[in-house]
Amino acid sequence: MRAGQTRTAWILVIPFLVVFTAFFIVPLGYSAYLSMFTSKLVGGEVFSGFDNYTRALHDPAFWAGMRRVVIFLLVQVPIMLGFSIALALALDSGRVRGGRVVRMLIFVPYAVPSVVATLMWGYLYGVDNGLITQLFDKAGLDAPNLLSEHTVLGSTMNIVCWEFIGYNMIVLYAALRTIPNEIYEAAEVDGAGQWRIALRIKLPALRPAILLTVIFSIIGSFQLFNEPNLLFNIAPDAVGTDFTPNLYAYNVAFKNQEINYAAAIAFLLGMVIMIVSFAVQIAANRKGRPA
Amino acid sequence: MRRLRTSAMAAGALALSVTLVAAGCGSSKDTDKPAASKAVSQAEIDAAMDTPTTLDFWTWVPIKDEIKLFEQKYPKIKVNVINNADASQQYVKLRAALKARKGVPDVAQIGYDRIPSFTQTKSLLDLTPYGGANLKSQYVEGIWSQVEQNGGVWAIPQDSGPVATLYRNDIFKKAGVESPKTWANFGAAAQKIKSQTGAYITNLPGNDMPQLLAYFSQAGASPFSYDGKQTVGVSVDSEIPQKVVGYWQDLISKGLVSTDPDFTDAWYQGLSRGKYASWLTAAWGPVFLQGTAKNTSGKWSVAGLPQWAAGQNVSANWGGSSDAVMAGSQHPIQAYMLAKFINGDPASTLKLANDQFLFPTTKATLADPKFTDAKAPFYGGQQVNKFFADVTGTVAQNQQWLPFMDYANSSFDETLGKAISDHGDLKAALTAWQKKLVDYAKQQGFTVK
Repeated sequence: MRAGQTRTAWILVIPFLVVFTAFFIVPLGYSAYLSMFTSKLVGGEVFSGFDNYTRALHDPAFWAGMRRVVIFLLVQVPIMLGFSIALALALDSGRVRGGRVVRMLIFVPYAVPSVVATLMWGYLYGVDNGLITQLFDKAGLDAPNLLSEHTVLGSTMNIVCWEFIGYNMIVLYAALRTIPNEIYEAAEVDGAGQWRIALRIKLPALRPAILLTVIFSIIGSFQLFNEPNLLFNIAPDAVGTDFTPNLYAYNVAFKNQEINYAAAIAFLLGMVIMIVSFAVQIAANRKGRPA
Repeated sequence: MRRLRTSAMAAGALALSVTLVAAGCGSSKDTDKPAASKAVSQAEIDAAMDTPTTLDFWTWVPIKDEIKLFEQKYPKIKVNVINNADASQQYVKLRAALKARKGVPDVAQIGYDRIPSFTQTKSLLDLTPYGGANLKSQYVEGIWSQVEQNGGVWAIPQDSGPVATLYRNDIFKKAGVESPKTWANFGAAAQKIKSQTGAYITNLPGNDMPQLLAYFSQAGASPFSYDGKQTVGVSVDSEIPQKVVGYWQDLISKGLVSTDPDFTDAWYQGLSRGKYASWLTAAWGPVFLQGTAKNTSGKWSVAGLPQWAAGQNVSANWGGSSDAVMAGSQHPIQAYMLAKFINGDPASTLKLANDQFLFPTTKATLADPKFTDAKAPFYGGQQVNKFFADVTGTVAQNQQWLPFMDYANSSFDETLGKAISDHGDLKAALTAWQKKLVDYAKQQGFTVK
């Protein structure tokens, strides 16, 4: 019996393993292999060990991008998740009229491709004739340049918030719906108001879902690519080729044609993401343990 | 942020897989081509053109009608046109295909400035044995020198970009200035235009290396060189470029020239709302402007570039492209004939000029009344084509390129370009750019002269 079960298990798992190996392990291994070489226009490819990694660790462009995504992570993620949690709680409280429609409306931006979203916001931000500038002009105020070198990170945060508040809200809202009604009833019997229920029952119950969205958001922040890549076309002087590490790796590979170096940058980035994600997870688990 | 559903490990993998696609399998330094080393005879050409063949042709120009002409003349040959969105996309795809040694087209459109980067990797076919060198006399001299270098003919010229000034005659009139003959006049006119009308005389973008290179070229500099082998020359931090950026620095610091990035939404609007009183641009500019700033029809005129010394008449080239035969093509003769026909046949070149608005490179089309006599209402009925055809003869023939213009471009954006946008120290930025270029060249194994 047992042997048969094991065999069935293997048969069921094999398709996954094949795909996983072909599209994940092999490319990953090949990238690691590539990152150990240096390709020169004159002289071709030579093995160079960890040279590319040393170079990346001393590359100010790589660190500038890292710094930007860390700021992004520390500022944008709390704002976005704060809104998502608040909205999920509000919708779940059942006190919002037309809750279903509101839920849809908040979620819709997630359905808009990030390319379209960025282009749309790019027009709104437009320095000379964008909608925001026009509104400021109408009000007789000096319009801020939302696409300058100093503001573009904030502008990007805004776009990403707009895109993902709805998505995270849905994740959290779904988690809230799984809380059994009896608990609420018991709380009400005990005389707890809606605020108290939200603070004492719903938020603690949301912990795993919040952690999930936090991890997703950390990964998303480090991988920021689409938005800056598109904003580059709208404001090339504000968004450099190294705005985020991902964008930098892309430009190094395809504009500078240094594929090996790009592989090393990508690997470093992947490692940083892993470390940060694990650290957050471990920290959260430790705190979550009952005292 | 889209890829939220991936795990932490996948994060790295995703970024990596991007690079993988391009990396393909191993490097492709040598090419296995059926290329001819001795001259191909007319009989061989005739035979080839009578053999049913399909050619892949990559271009960013909507070129169907010209292809039709070719296919009518050579009914056995079918051309499969693949349109890429723009030049930079085409180069990225082409390099990826070359590395993978798969899906490389027979013929590809390539800008003059990128030809050395493709000859350096031995990716282009020398057209000399096919008769390429004999075409020289049909083309404008300065342009031909862009495709025939280091002992080979690497492409057939398609279009060029002699530079002149498009200016708003109404704004100039209001400020009481004529179109400036010298750069000194240009500075004085800038002052008047700013104080009388509030407009900037022009815009100097921080994201357009080719424009700056055209200014350098006009002033007599050739900051780049390449011997076709392992030696490059880089002298962007030298006397003439310093003089040029010093000149612009002065105008920028006085607030007379704006520094908006070009070919962006804000810049298009700037053109149509009269934020800039002129655009110093190449021959491909007039039609582009016509489409971008429709509402200003009739208010524009064309004049030559301001000169560094009174009485001079020197222009420069900005942009332009050619059609090259890829070294790996299995049908080199047919591919050569396609490049030659598209850019040499009088009917095809006239169509390219009048329908696709590619500024001609053949002497015949440049003198063809069907091209030159066109009057443009947008420019108050001026014969813009004729004007630029005349400028063609005054283009400085000093432009050379590095075999890594992609890097030159991105490092320009980070140094000189950034300094322009930030109104920083342009001369220091020139030094920084020089250093980056030299470092990169050495790192890539070149000897820097």
